[in-house]
Amino acid sequence: MQITIAINGKNYTRLVDPDTTLYTFVRDCGCYSVKCGCETTNCGLCTVWMDGTPVLSCSVLAARAAGHEITTLEGVLEESKQFTDFLAAEGAEQCGFCSPGFIMNVLAMKRELSNPTESEIQQYLSGNLCRCTGYAGQMRAIRKYMEVEA
Amino acid sequence: MYTIRQFLRPSNVEEAYQALTAARNNTVLGGCMWLRLGHRAIGTAIDLSGLNLDAITDTGDTIEIGAMVSLRQLETSELLQQQYGTLFRDAVSGIVGTQFRNTATVGGSVYGRFGFSDVLTALLALPAQVKLYRRGTISIEEFAAMPYEKDILESIILPKQIYAASYQHMRFQATDFPVLTCAVSCRDDVYRISVGARPQKACLAYHGSSPDAQRITDNLNFSSNMRASADYRRKICPVLIRRALKEVQVCR
Repeated sequence: MQITIAINGKNYTRLVDPDTTLYTFVRDCGCYSVKCGCETTNCGLCTVWMDGTPVLSCSVLAARAAGHEITTLEGVLEESKQFTDFLAAEGAEQCGFCSPGFIMNVLAMKRELSNPTESEIQQYLSGNLCRCTGYAGQMRAIRKYMEVEA
Repeated sequence: MYTIRQFLRPSNVEEAYQALTAARNNTVLGGCMWLRLGHRAIGTAIDLSGLNLDAITDTGDTIEIGAMVSLRQLETSELLQQQYGTLFRDAVSGIVGTQFRNTATVGGSVYGRFGFSDVLTALLALPAQVKLYRRGTISIEEFAAMPYEKDILESIILPKQIYAASYQHMRFQATDFPVLTCAVSCRDDVYRISVGARPQKACLAYHGSSPDAQRITDNLNFSSNMRASADYRRKICPVLIRRALKEVQVCR
C-alpha cells in the first residue's frame, strides 16, 4: 500500500507493507536518531511525536500514521540544543543510545506541563529507560533546563 | 512476528463490522501496543481511528468514553476527575510510560479483557456500560464475564454522578504489570468493589452496603503466575480492599 507521512515538515510517500511500523518508516526516510531498543514497548528509545504527542514508533503502524505529522529529533534540533547542553554539562549520558527518545520526551513534557514537580517529572519520563546513568544526572539536567526556560 | 495482509480504515462502524466478520482472522486494532509481541497472522487489520471515537463526551446524564480514547486522555480528563476523583488517574498512571499511554486505547484495554488490565478493574468499580455495535449496550460486568465474540466496542458509558472512589494496586516495580489490582467506589452507601490481576481478568467482587474485606477475598479465586503465587495474592487482597475502603471513606 502507498502512504504519505509528513516527517519534520516534509512529505514522504512510500510503498509499505500493512504491518510496517512507523519506526521502520522514519528510519527508511533517513531519521536515524530514532532507535529501537526493547521491541516490547517499554524502553522509550523509539519515541517520536505524532501530531505533537510523544508515541512509541515501534508500536504504531505506519499505515495508521498516514496523514499525521511526525516529528523526530532531527526536526527539533534547535529546540533540543539548550537541553542537550545541560545533559552534557551534568554528565548525564554515557552510551547515548537512549538520548534521542529521552530528549523527545523531555521536550514534550516541557510543552505539556508547566512547572512540574519532581514526582511529575519522574512519572512523565518513567517510560524512558537508561541502563547507564542511574537517572541522577538526567534529573539534574532537567531541573536546570526547566529553571532556565521558566 | 505478526503479519497483516491488508489495512483498512473504515468510514463508519457498519463498514468496520462487515470487514471484521468477513473472515476469521480479520481483527480490530486497538492501540497495537501488544501486537508486535504476538505471532498473529491478521487478514484485514481494521483501524477505527477515522470514526471519531477518540473523545470523552459529556452527554448530560452520562459520560461517554470512545473506544479510541487513549489511556493518557483517561488519566488527564478533568471531567472524569470531577465525577470519580482520581480513580482513573491512579489506575492508569502506573502503566509503562507516557508515550505508551498516549497510544494505548480504552477500547483495546477493555475489549481484550486482559488479566492484568488496570482499566477494566477501574471501570468495574463503577456502574459502567459497554456499547457494542451488534450486541447493543450491556453492563461492564456482563461484558467482562462473557466469552470473546466478534463485535465492535464503540464506547464505555458512565453515569454522570459523583462517586467516592479509590484505586489500589500492587506492583513489584514501577511501570510493570500489577500483581493485584483493586478498585472501590461508593455512592449513597452502596459500594462496588472490583479485583483484578488475580491473575485472571478483573471481576466485580462485591456490590452492597456492608463490605467486609476478608469475606470478599474468601469468595474470590486466585491463581499463581510468574509474578506471584495464589497464596500471596490471597494475603494482599484484603489489605488493598481495606486501603481502598479507607480512602473512599475519607473522600466521602
